[in-house]
Amino acid sequence: MGVDRVGIVAGISSLLAQYNVNIEDISQTIMQGIFVMAMIVNVSQLPCSFSEFKKALEERGKELGVEVWLQREEIFRAMHRV
Amino acid sequence: MKRGFVSLNEIMETIEMVKKEKLDIRTITLGISLLDCCGRDPKEVMERVYNKIVKVASKFVDVVREVEEEYGIPIVNARISLTPISLVSAGFDEGALVELGRVLELAANEVKVDFIGGYGALVEKGMTPWEERLISVIPYVLSSTEKVCSFVNVASTKAGINIDAVLLCAKVIKRSAELTSSRDGIGATKFVVFANAPSDNPFMAGAFHGVQEGETTINVGVSGPGVIRAVVEDLRGMDFRNLANEIKRAAFKITAAGELLGKEIARRLGVTFGIVDLSLAPTPNPGDSVAEIIEAMGIERCGLPGTIAALALLNDAVKKGGVMASSSVGGLSGAFIPVSEDAEMARCALEGSINIGKLKAMTCVCSVGLDMIAIPGDTPIEVIACIIADEMAIGVFNSKTTAVRLVPVPGKKVGDKAHWGGLMGEAPIIGVDSGRVDAFIMRGGRIPPPLFSFNN
Repeated sequence: MGVDRVGIVAGISSLLAQYNVNIEDISQTIMQGIFVMAMIVNVSQLPCSFSEFKKALEERGKELGVEVWLQREEIFRAMHRV
Repeated sequence: MKRGFVSLNEIMETIEMVKKEKLDIRTITLGISLLDCCGRDPKEVMERVYNKIVKVASKFVDVVREVEEEYGIPIVNARISLTPISLVSAGFDEGALVELGRVLELAANEVKVDFIGGYGALVEKGMTPWEERLISVIPYVLSSTEKVCSFVNVASTKAGINIDAVLLCAKVIKRSAELTSSRDGIGATKFVVFANAPSDNPFMAGAFHGVQEGETTINVGVSGPGVIRAVVEDLRGMDFRNLANEIKRAAFKITAAGELLGKEIARRLGVTFGIVDLSLAPTPNPGDSVAEIIEAMGIERCGLPGTIAALALLNDAVKKGGVMASSSVGGLSGAFIPVSEDAEMARCALEGSINIGKLKAMTCVCSVGLDMIAIPGDTPIEVIACIIADEMAIGVFNSKTTAVRLVPVPGKKVGDKAHWGGLMGEAPIIGVDSGRVDAFIMRGGRIPPPLFSFNN
């Protein structure tokens, strides 16, 4: 999430490939002038810990000028679906 | 459950709740039974207690942090609740009882939890000599430790109110504050007097692991007054039935998040999952306030006329939403109204819309009781006991939990402020009605239970 610019999708997805993470779904939109992208990814083949991967993603986000969150999908499912 | 990927809206709503509205899991509390640690020799008992806590909880905090990171919901505290200590310390002398408190502190430090609760007793119907002894040393335990929390259950709907225990607890409150006078009586902030205490409450200072519970349990205390406030704020002018529904929806989401994380932590630790307690527990941080929810409903300052009705609606809607989200709802579940821990509540107390009378009335419809209230340091023990008795009566005669956590701040009077820092916050000293009440409370004995307890 952040200010829209060239290379955000490329910057994030190249890191995903580097960590052996498959993208299963992408959606993106502009919310109140801010670029928002959500990716559903598969982390079952990570070569490192969840925590290391999360740090790498957050670091990459900083370089790209966007905020990145990595959270397990079940949390959204539990909270928003009856 | 509906399959398909989660939507962007669902993701953004969760992120917003955490980022803007400060949704958090206030505590993951690991309940540990100490019943197998009993014995005649205090030294042996202490060794067994220490070893058991350290063994059971060795990975606890690491697992909590791991799950917090993976699910992206902040977990503020990791805590331990224990079998009421009176049950494992029968026959101990005063010295051994205080020493046992220090052993609990050492164990808590070793496993790096934030608090350890259960140093207390359930004496609503009567006290054994060693229970009486344990209660009388509580001030020394609380003033010589940081993490140990203490409770005494003095009343229940089935047994009535044990006034002898109420008096003893009033002394404990006064003495705990006096022994920590250089820190505005912080000792008393770690002590709760209960009516109808729940045995699975994850929140401190009153958490303990009841004898009805299993060997080890994970209980979750979810918070999120900011989330509810944001919902209410967006719905100005909406009628009460619809407003209640929207609060239920928000409570559902928060509870579901708590249950998911709690179950995952329990699974990774190989421990039973107990309950999720959705209690709107405020913190002194801006926006994290129950008083602000009341105000968002349209009442200028918390405590003004309308406050009780607003709080009743809020408390009930929170419970209903929570019960829908999880079949493991327990603990206190509802809205907390601590004064010092809620910056807006503290402000209202300073400005006068909140006073002890109003707070007592509010506890008739909220989930706990008179909580984190600073009163003048020279308040007589008999008056403190009468305040406790009043609050216990509200719980006993309405079949609900009530609690009292008062701090008679040494050397301070109405108009002064008490500062405790951190989650405890700060509070203005609230006035207590003066006048003689000792002839009432000194009668002693037990106030009989209400008629509806004889329904067998």
